[in-house]
Amino acid sequence: MKYAAPSSVEEATSLLSSSPSAQVFAGATDIVPQIHGGRQAPEVLVDLKKIDELVSLTSDDKKWTVGAATPTVELTENQAFSQEFPGISEAAGLIGSDQIQSRSSLGGNLCNGSPAADSVPAMMVNGTRALIAGPKGNRLVDVSEVVTGPGQTCLDSDEFVVEFEIDRAPSLTGDAYLRMIPRTEMDIAVVGAGARVTLAEDGTIAAAALALGAVAPTVVRVTAAEEALIGTTADEDTLAVVAAAASAVCNPIDDKRGTIAYREQVAGVLAKRAVLIAMERAQQRNGDV
Amino acid sequence: MAITEENPGYKWVGTRPIRPDGLDKVTGKAQFGADLTLPGMLFGKVVRSPHAHARILSIDTSAAESMLGVKAVITGSDFPDLVANGAHPMAIDVSHNAIARDKVLYEGHVVAAVAATTRELAEAAAKAVEVSYEVLPHVLTVDEAMADNAPLLHEGMITKGVDPAPDQPSNIASRIVHERGDLEQGFGEAEVVVEREFTTKPVHQGYIEPHAAVADANSDGRANIWCSSQGHFQMRADTASVLGVSQGTLKVTAAEIGGGFGGKTVIYLEPIAVRLSQRAGRPVKLVMDRDEVFRATGPTSGTRIKVKMGVSNDGKLTAAEVWMAFEAGAYAGSPVGAAGMTVIAAYDIPHFLVEGYDVVCNKPRVAAYRAPGAPMAAFAVESVLDELARSIGMDPIDLRLANAAVEGTQASYGPKFPRIGFVETLEAIKEHPNYTAELGPNQGRGVAAGFWFNAGMNSSATVHINENGTATVVTGSPDIGGSRQSMALMAAEELGIPYESIKPVVADTETVGFTDVTGGSRVTLATGAAVVDACRIVIEDLRARAAKTWDVEVDQVEWVDGQAQHVDGSQPPLSLDALAAKSGRTGGPISANASLNARGVGAAFSTQVCDVEVDPETGVTRVVRYLTAQDAGRAISPDYVEGQMQGGVVQGIGWGLNEEYVHDQNGNMENPSFLDYRMPVASDLPMIECCIVEVPNPAHPYGVRGVGEVGIVPPMAALGNAIKDATGVRLTDLPMTPIKVLEALNEQSD
Repeated sequence: MKYAAPSSVEEATSLLSSSPSAQVFAGATDIVPQIHGGRQAPEVLVDLKKIDELVSLTSDDKKWTVGAATPTVELTENQAFSQEFPGISEAAGLIGSDQIQSRSSLGGNLCNGSPAADSVPAMMVNGTRALIAGPKGNRLVDVSEVVTGPGQTCLDSDEFVVEFEIDRAPSLTGDAYLRMIPRTEMDIAVVGAGARVTLAEDGTIAAAALALGAVAPTVVRVTAAEEALIGTTADEDTLAVVAAAASAVCNPIDDKRGTIAYREQVAGVLAKRAVLIAMERAQQRNGDV
Repeated sequence: MAITEENPGYKWVGTRPIRPDGLDKVTGKAQFGADLTLPGMLFGKVVRSPHAHARILSIDTSAAESMLGVKAVITGSDFPDLVANGAHPMAIDVSHNAIARDKVLYEGHVVAAVAATTRELAEAAAKAVEVSYEVLPHVLTVDEAMADNAPLLHEGMITKGVDPAPDQPSNIASRIVHERGDLEQGFGEAEVVVEREFTTKPVHQGYIEPHAAVADANSDGRANIWCSSQGHFQMRADTASVLGVSQGTLKVTAAEIGGGFGGKTVIYLEPIAVRLSQRAGRPVKLVMDRDEVFRATGPTSGTRIKVKMGVSNDGKLTAAEVWMAFEAGAYAGSPVGAAGMTVIAAYDIPHFLVEGYDVVCNKPRVAAYRAPGAPMAAFAVESVLDELARSIGMDPIDLRLANAAVEGTQASYGPKFPRIGFVETLEAIKEHPNYTAELGPNQGRGVAAGFWFNAGMNSSATVHINENGTATVVTGSPDIGGSRQSMALMAAEELGIPYESIKPVVADTETVGFTDVTGGSRVTLATGAAVVDACRIVIEDLRARAAKTWDVEVDQVEWVDGQAQHVDGSQPPLSLDALAAKSGRTGGPISANASLNARGVGAAFSTQVCDVEVDPETGVTRVVRYLTAQDAGRAISPDYVEGQMQGGVVQGIGWGLNEEYVHDQNGNMENPSFLDYRMPVASDLPMIECCIVEVPNPAHPYGVRGVGEVGIVPPMAALGNAIKDATGVRLTDLPMTPIKVLEALNEQSD
């Protein structure tokens, strides 16, 4: 097994093109256990953390740009980011332990392809786009389209995510991410729910997004719930519709981490709770972006 | 201050000094099982069965043997046939568990092993060993194993303890019974009778350090073994038996140990490492992965337990009927015996019948785990007691006080209790502010108690007085729970010299007298008594030397505060330093040995109260407040006593809420990692508050009972009772996961 640490996107791309079994990694928090467990045996490991633009967190008037290999701890520690996107920040803060979070990244969390990846529902409800580099040039893909199945992505073997773009959140917008695990940390989501809400001046919901993790082969949007929320104040009746829609969209499996029935029921509960927290945050963020 | 039972006037016993092994551990210098490296050492790898139950048709080692750098490949045929040798059945089981012969009985069962020059090569060689199996139907639980026409693990297993003996073999190894009085009369006298059925899952001890062993065999047949264990004399005996050699040919050195909880009282890697080393002519190291620890080392039993108990209106228990079946794993020997002895031992019940079954199934052979057998039994009985208290409207502590065993009570398993402190632990909980603290929404409170015998057994100690008046205290008890500190504190108290002047050492099998395993909460009691005895022999010697120096009778000399004093003060005192410095002129080096079979074991009781908060929509249970009161007899090292009390509770919380083995339909474990085998993490737990109760054990020089185990007995029932209090639902199947709690809540609201 060889280790390569390219210092530019171009160098990384040509490395990947020339060795078909090369495997990129950012924090290596997924791939090292996979190699130890005999589930992966790449000939070349390509470390993306030495490429400057992959490890950065910047913003301008229009958007935030998060390098795909930026340690997730940056997203919890950066005050401006975590105030604007508390949902992404809290999702990032749930991945593994403090030690893991100094290595783990949004790029890795997404491209590992796990349906239970905590950051993905939170990124999705915020309309996050992934900039993907490859030998044929760059392409910008909505995060919701990157993962195509458990462990599967739309990336070719010589492509990798360079950075994520997240449009600046308008005023009266709030997001939230909740996950259910039997423990309090160091665990993998049995159900995850990301929500984002933008309010109109009259306090009703103008825009809503809801995404669920760990309840289907990929993270799923709950469009029926999103539509039901528009024009409401997320009153009890609407939340019941949200919960039912969330449960209905689930297509989970029975496994060592949870049952189908449990995941369906709790998806509704977390969806409801995430919407309420996003509402509360939206109300507090009035024009002072 | 007056010297009383509560204030015995000790200078060192009961203090909280820095632990003797602390610096080495926090600086990474401590040598654990996997840390030793010898010149020319090879790396071993074990080949394990992928099947829960299969006949071994053939093993082809030729491909592995032909690999460059592979120095030895062994299989079951490289070990003596103990069946043909007429060995004791238990010795045969130990041997066949160490390496399979004709059949594999669980996923992870060892079938072969290799040794090679690198770890990677050893792993490749292990994969190159070709084993051909005939897969057999398997049984994973007591229900499956006890079913009619169940596949048999051992074709010749006839249930013991049944009269007349069955004429057909089964998976039931044995039956135990304890009974007294007349059940019909007892239940007839009851106002309320509650009957419930419970199940528990196998849980692992979860020690952080995986098993590891290094063996270095000599060409003359002798071998050295370094391993992580709770008892290197036990490792020596079992390894010798599996290898078919005399114990004297093996020397076992105890490595520093990273947790055991009972699971490191048995051999796994040691005989394999020795045989590989013999074949290769070089030292061999074997270290398990976490995956191997889960798949192949002993958890404790999964169980099914039925309990029926009756109570009168004034809270007197009138009768108890208990039926228990315990998974033994692949070979006989579940802790159902101890479960049967402990299940109702805390209470004075006039009429009872306790019946237990030891049942083999296709899982790893169970190993001891902290108060083996008692926690599952207590989960059942203490849950039923909670129901009884509710049904007659009695406070759960008062119900237990009304029936608690006291000095003189005839224990359900036979003997009369000497002085015990159960009532004192119940009162300590009742009087604590936690017991009446206000509960928030969705919160509930649960109480449970537990009993454990504690063990005595054999221990040895040697005390050397060094030339400068310091002392070395040598024992054969691997230190898993703070025994070096306890030994040093007792020796300091006896000798009258500072704790810092004592060096406690754990010596190998050739350097100290025979000592049984560190288990049964016995070391502070038994090895401690040996240390005290050896110190007292040393003090006699020191008094004699002072008497000789002063030319007086020895009865004119007292040993006070680390020095010899003449009773009438007519001589300037002789300190230990001075006597040690002159030892060459007063009879030679000062040293003493003591070996004993500990008498006067003191039983341990624990009462615990916990508050939980249950999320009614997700079924998640969070422990918000926890208090444990335990009778330590005398807390030699209060820090370690509290550590043991807290550790037991934490393991119990894991057992109660989330820990379980998950198997697929082929009998393969699906969660052999700490990610999915969910032991509690620190953030899952509140501060476990400790109340050390001290009712001294009259048979020990310092009043010591054992403290290591009983703390794990009450938590599961305390949690279940608290969940009942918070939600109204009674959970009877462990673990009480969010899934099960939510299911129960859904049923309740239907």
